[in-house]
Amino acid sequence: MNLRRTQWLPTAVGMLILGAMEVYIPSVGQTQTAAQIEVKDFTFMPTPLTVKAGSTVTWINKDDEPHSVVSDTGMFKSGGMDTNESFSYKFDKPGTYHFACSIHPRMVGTVVVQ
Amino acid sequence: MSDDQSPLSRRNALKCLAYGGAGTLFALSGGVFTPIDLAMAAGDKQGAAKLGRPLFVQISDSHIGFNKEANPDVNGTLTQTIDIVNGMSDQPALIIHTGDITHLSKPAEFDLAQQLFTRLRTTEMHTVPGEHDTTDATVTEYFNRFGKASANKGYYSFDHAGVHFIGLINVLQFKPGGLGTLGEEQLAWVAADLKGRSASAPIVVFAHMPLWTIYEPWGWGTGDADQLMSQLRRFGSVTVLNGHIHQIVQKVEGNMTFHTARSTSYPQPAAGVGSGPGPLKVPADQLAAMLGITSVSVVKHPSALALNDTALA
Repeated sequence: MNLRRTQWLPTAVGMLILGAMEVYIPSVGQTQTAAQIEVKDFTFMPTPLTVKAGSTVTWINKDDEPHSVVSDTGMFKSGGMDTNESFSYKFDKPGTYHFACSIHPRMVGTVVVQ
Repeated sequence: MSDDQSPLSRRNALKCLAYGGAGTLFALSGGVFTPIDLAMAAGDKQGAAKLGRPLFVQISDSHIGFNKEANPDVNGTLTQTIDIVNGMSDQPALIIHTGDITHLSKPAEFDLAQQLFTRLRTTEMHTVPGEHDTTDATVTEYFNRFGKASANKGYYSFDHAGVHFIGLINVLQFKPGGLGTLGEEQLAWVAADLKGRSASAPIVVFAHMPLWTIYEPWGWGTGDADQLMSQLRRFGSVTVLNGHIHQIVQKVEGNMTFHTARSTSYPQPAAGVGSGPGPLKVPADQLAAMLGITSVSVVKHPSALALNDTALA
C-alpha cells in the first residue's frame, strides 16, 4: 500500500519515482505499464485502476476462498484462482473495462486504460 | 476469556451455529412443516418410524480440492458422510448432490470426487453444478462427467416413487453485482415440464444457489427465482433444496418448503458476519457437528415429504 500511495502522489517526488520506472506520466500522473489488483476480503483493490495502453494488469488472490476475474464482455477470463494464484491480462487499447468474480458476482471492479 | 481477543461475539456466534448443527428432524405434512429435535426423535423410535422410508439423501458442497485450515481433510469428511449414508438402516433409493462437488473445477478434483462417490451403496446419483464446478475456462469438466442426464444443459427432470424431481442450474449466467440466474430458456423449459401435471404430485426442486433470497449482499439468492415460484405455487407439495451457503436455513411459504443443506467440507459464517462468505474456521472438535446431510422421506400421506438433517457428529 505504501508503494501505491507513493505512486499517487501528485508531486515532484511522485513524478521522479514514476520517471525512474520509465512510466508514461500524463498530467494526473496515475498511469503505469504494470499494475496489480489485490483480491482480498472479497474485494478488488484498487478499483478503478488506471493504466496506460499496453499495460499488463495482474490480479492476485489473497483470500482463503477462490476467486476469478471475468470481463463483462468476455474479453478475458481467469478461471478459478486459489490462494496466492494470479492472473494477468495485457490491455492494448484505451477504454473502460469492467470485470467481476464469477464465483462471487457482487465482487466487481474496473480497469481504465488511457 | 483471556485466550480470545474478541470472545463474546465470535464465541457466541460459533455456539449458535454449533447448536444449529445438532440436528433437527422436519416433518412436512399437507404443507405444514413441523420441526422436531433430532435427539427427541431418536428417543421416540415409533414416532420417527412414522416418517417413513428415506426417499433420497441430499449431500452438498464437498469442495474436493480445498485444503485450507477450515478443513484440511475434505476427502475424509466426504468419506464420513458416505459412511453415514451407507449406514442408514433403510437405504435411500437416490442421492442428490446440490453442487460444488469440487473446489476449483480441476479434472483431478472431479476424478477424486467420482472415486469417493463409488463407495456409495446407493448408486443412483443426481447432481447439479455449483459455481465452483464451472470455473474452468471452457466450463466442460463438470459436464463431461455429470452432463449426460441433462444433455449438457444443466437442467432436467425425472420421476421417482410418485415424486417429480426438477434439477436446475443457476450458476452460469451471473450478472455482476447480482445473484444467481436461471434465465429465460430454463424458465420456459420448467413451464413446459410442469404443464398438465397434476397439482397433487409432490415436487422436489433442487439447485445449488438458494432459490430464495437469503442475503443479497453475498449473492445468496437467485435473481429470477420469483418466476419459478409462480409456476410452482399451484402444487400441493413443493420441496426446494439448495446448498451453497454451507448451513441450514429454511422457510415455509404456503405449500412450499425451502431448505438449504449443510456442507460436507467446511462451514461458512451466518449471513453478514465477517467480510464475506469464505471458509469459517472453527475448533477441530466442533467441525463435524457443522457438516452433514439431509435425508428426505415419503410419509404415509402420498403428498407429504419429511426432511431430516444429520450432522457428522
